[in-house]
Amino acid sequence: MNRILNQRSLRITYYVIFLLAIVLIPATIVHAQDPTPSDDQVNKIAGQLYCPVCENTPLDVCPTEACRQWRDLIRQMISEGKSEAEIKQYFAENYGARVLSEPPRTGLNWFVYVIPPVIILAGAFFLFRALKGWTKPVVASTTSDTSEAKPIAQDDYVARLEEELKKRK
Amino acid sequence: MTEIKDTAPKRGVPMWAQAIIWGLLIILLIVVGLGLKRAQQGTVQPGDKIPDFTLPLFKGYEYEGKSEIKLSDLHDKVVVLNFWASWCKPCEQEAAEMQQAWEANEASGKVIFLGADYVDTEPEARAFLKKYGIDYYNGPDMGTKISQLFRMKGVPETYFIDREGVLQYVQVGPFASADEIQIHIDDLLK
Amino acid sequence: MIAQFGFGVLILSFIVTIYSVIAAVMAATRKSASLTESARRAMLLTFPLITLSALSLIYLLVYNHFEIAFVYEVTSKSMPTYLKITAWWGGQAGSLVFWSWLLSAFTSAVTLRKWDRDREFLPWVIVVTGITLAFFLVMVIFFENPFASMWFDKSGEMVKAMFMPNGATAVPLQLDGRGLNPLLRHPGMVIHPPMLYLGFVSFVIPYAFAMAALITGRTDDRWIRLTRRWTLWAWLFLSFGLVLGGRWAYDVLGWGGYWGWDPVEISAFMPWLTGTAFLHSVMIQEKRGLLKQWNMILIILTYALVIFGTFLTRSGVLSSVHAFAQSAIGPLFFAFIGLTFIVSISLLIKRWPDLHGETEMKSMLSREALFLLNNLLFMSVLVVCFWGVIFPLISELVTGAKVTVGPPFYERATAPLFAALMLLMGIAPLSAWGHSTVQTLGRALWKSALAAVITTVIIFATYTQNVIALIGFLLIAFVLFVTFQEFWRATRARQKTQNENFFKSLWTLVGRNRRRYGGYIIHISMMLMAIGILGIEIFQTQTQGTLALNQKVEIGGYQVEYSAISQFQGPDNREVTRAVVNVYRNGEYLGQVYPRIDFYTDSQQNMTIPGQRATLRDDLYVLLVDWQPVTSNGATFKIYVNPLVNWLWIGSFLFFIGVIIAAWPDKDPERAAVRASKTTRQINELRNE
Repeated sequence: MNRILNQRSLRITYYVIFLLAIVLIPATIVHAQDPTPSDDQVNKIAGQLYCPVCENTPLDVCPTEACRQWRDLIRQMISEGKSEAEIKQYFAENYGARVLSEPPRTGLNWFVYVIPPVIILAGAFFLFRALKGWTKPVVASTTSDTSEAKPIAQDDYVARLEEELKKRK
Repeated sequence: MTEIKDTAPKRGVPMWAQAIIWGLLIILLIVVGLGLKRAQQGTVQPGDKIPDFTLPLFKGYEYEGKSEIKLSDLHDKVVVLNFWASWCKPCEQEAAEMQQAWEANEASGKVIFLGADYVDTEPEARAFLKKYGIDYYNGPDMGTKISQLFRMKGVPETYFIDREGVLQYVQVGPFASADEIQIHIDDLLK
Repeated sequence: MIAQFGFGVLILSFIVTIYSVIAAVMAATRKSASLTESARRAMLLTFPLITLSALSLIYLLVYNHFEIAFVYEVTSKSMPTYLKITAWWGGQAGSLVFWSWLLSAFTSAVTLRKWDRDREFLPWVIVVTGITLAFFLVMVIFFENPFASMWFDKSGEMVKAMFMPNGATAVPLQLDGRGLNPLLRHPGMVIHPPMLYLGFVSFVIPYAFAMAALITGRTDDRWIRLTRRWTLWAWLFLSFGLVLGGRWAYDVLGWGGYWGWDPVEISAFMPWLTGTAFLHSVMIQEKRGLLKQWNMILIILTYALVIFGTFLTRSGVLSSVHAFAQSAIGPLFFAFIGLTFIVSISLLIKRWPDLHGETEMKSMLSREALFLLNNLLFMSVLVVCFWGVIFPLISELVTGAKVTVGPPFYERATAPLFAALMLLMGIAPLSAWGHSTVQTLGRALWKSALAAVITTVIIFATYTQNVIALIGFLLIAFVLFVTFQEFWRATRARQKTQNENFFKSLWTLVGRNRRRYGGYIIHISMMLMAIGILGIEIFQTQTQGTLALNQKVEIGGYQVEYSAISQFQGPDNREVTRAVVNVYRNGEYLGQVYPRIDFYTDSQQNMTIPGQRATLRDDLYVLLVDWQPVTSNGATFKIYVNPLVNWLWIGSFLFFIGVIIAAWPDKDPERAAVRASKTTRQINELRNE
């Protein structure tokens, strides 16, 4: 009797283990789904894009129906694992370069980035040259100003100030 | 400051500097002037020749098996080009009428309807097309290139191009009925 | 009838302006005193005339005359009266009348002063201001007429015209107007545009004087002295207009920001840059007699940027949230700009040799040299801004591609420039006119520099390790210490000799040297504003999420809880949806804020008004997101925490005080200038150890 019971319980155990395995193994294979990207994740990217139809409105604050669809599109792309750069690239290709918050660094657009430093440096160069041309070495000419180039005590400074103020009172 | 002398002679502005200043000013005025002209321009007008453009097509909306369509491929047909978007309420008003007009003209083979989807998302666009049963050739206006070509100001707008590739009529806003569309098509078929 | 009257008076003022210009030209060429007087009186006459026209327009706006197109477009019955008055500048046509009114007001004010010493200038000042006024009046009368009505012409199209076109029919009287854009229905509308326009328009006067100086050949310092005070006030109004625009955007737009680097904002900012540069370099001309040519360039450039910016805003050339609707004034305005640029440059080139002054500098570290560096930096920021605004135009013309030049470009380029300016703000006050060396400067500023470093280390230990913020705080602390040191030293010195109470000394010191100490106060206020800007730009945190009732979200140390919702009819014909939000910090209840959505039924538009909790430490800024449903089950909120941002507004208040002090007129301007420069020279001599 014991042997029969043992055999049966063994079989039952095998069945149970088998069933459990059938259930559990797929559960371990199915990895955790990416949670839906939060509004903040979407806004981080949308904040760097402009609404394709409105005038100069950032995509994260635009209230229109179309903008809502684009933000959902971003949400979907994030959950697909696309990177920020890929999403911005997608938007630029589909809706034109004007949705990006600065011109892509291609072709003519290089001028946007290059011209200001060039002009500023040129300005600095001209200013420096002009200043150099205008500055005479201090040694050359003696003036009433430089003859005072001696350390003056605080009291002396105060005394002169007092004198001056008295004169103007 | 008594020690400062006016040592340098009085010089006018050197010629090269003047040339640069005037040159830059002229360029600025030209750029701004042209920008102004462009801002004041309306859409492309009847009588203008339309340059060639390529419209990529959605899957399932191919033309002769090809996934994009060029204007130059259609040189013997009347082209009705409609700009629309799924988020555009007035576009919904004319969607059914456009499909109706298409069905009336499809068989003749002399007219072709094109739908250019303006800054839209594909799932919503497809839903829109399905909702109105639209089956003529549709695709996204990638990078807004085509709408910029026409200087489109808003959606919906419909452009009627004749067999020589010359624009003959612009409809700004939705059509009220399929008959209206037909009138313009008939004009171009003459 | 009122409309016809308003229009008629406007035409009359146009005729009077033209007469005034012609008379002034004749007066100048014939050197006739009587013609000058006639031109002057004619210009004075334009002010009451345009005032009458403006009053007519305001009457039409306030009393709901919707048969007038402009009134229909910008007002509606439900708007409160004060907003109907501000609607005067709420649309293109009305705001052009406002411009004209301000211009004639300023010109009248200028022509009313005593002209005995400068009789030569007067006719040309009238010519320049008169031509400008004439242009604006032409734009109003022929292109954007606020007194026009709407008609259906022969083909059934709607047109606007003053008098009935042939074969047209009147448009049926509208029962209600369209109403002002809800974004504009805010107290900010009362002051921001007028301030900006005040700033813009008042720059015409210094420009007119500059032109008069060039034309008459009287290129000595006279024109600078005459216009210095005007320029300061113009600059004050412009600065205020900019700050108010920022505050308004912050309060009302719901973007959690105060400045978007939008092309129209930048157009108003550019003249401010050159104006600030001018205010500094004009001091060099006064103290050392240098840089006449440069100052002339700066004034012309400032005015040119004013009208260029006005043109860009109103012509529809730029893509912007602020842009006016498409308008027919574009080509005319373009012609006006072209004319102004060409005439100004021609005159400047012609008189260039006469402007040549003594150009000799003692040292590269003298105050003159540092002021020139200041100018270079301001001009550099200008180059960045101008190029960023123009480039999209160029790109579209050359390649057909539309691009956006946005905040990343501007912030990256201007941040180091502003940092350099801040550094200068700390060094320049300590350098002497005429002569400074590394030693003298070093001796003067080592204490402040040390204090600044210590402060930064403290900030590093307690508040943040962000490098950019620390550099910013270091510079701000440096400038603040240097400026306070200036006040302190001078007050103490005076106190010792006068045996006065500290505050009496301070008061008298500032009173006798208003420009210098007013200027220092302005520097301090700028640093306070910089604190606010650093705080919000670097440390802002935001979050967006849907909250169910009584649900909390955590952000920036606060816990924010959605507590209640109510809906009711507000004044001014709007439906208000108002949420009650509880604010906690570390579990402790702090108060409530009330974000709301106002739906304006007449224009079918929403406005999201944030609920704000403002402290010195930060701003908690809660918005109801209006593209998601707002119900008692849940609502979507967008929450910003903006650290330190209120220093921006505190700083701007102090700024106002500083400019008032700096601009406060002396009893005799001539003597005061001499006095002030003499004291300065003495102090500098004493300081040159």
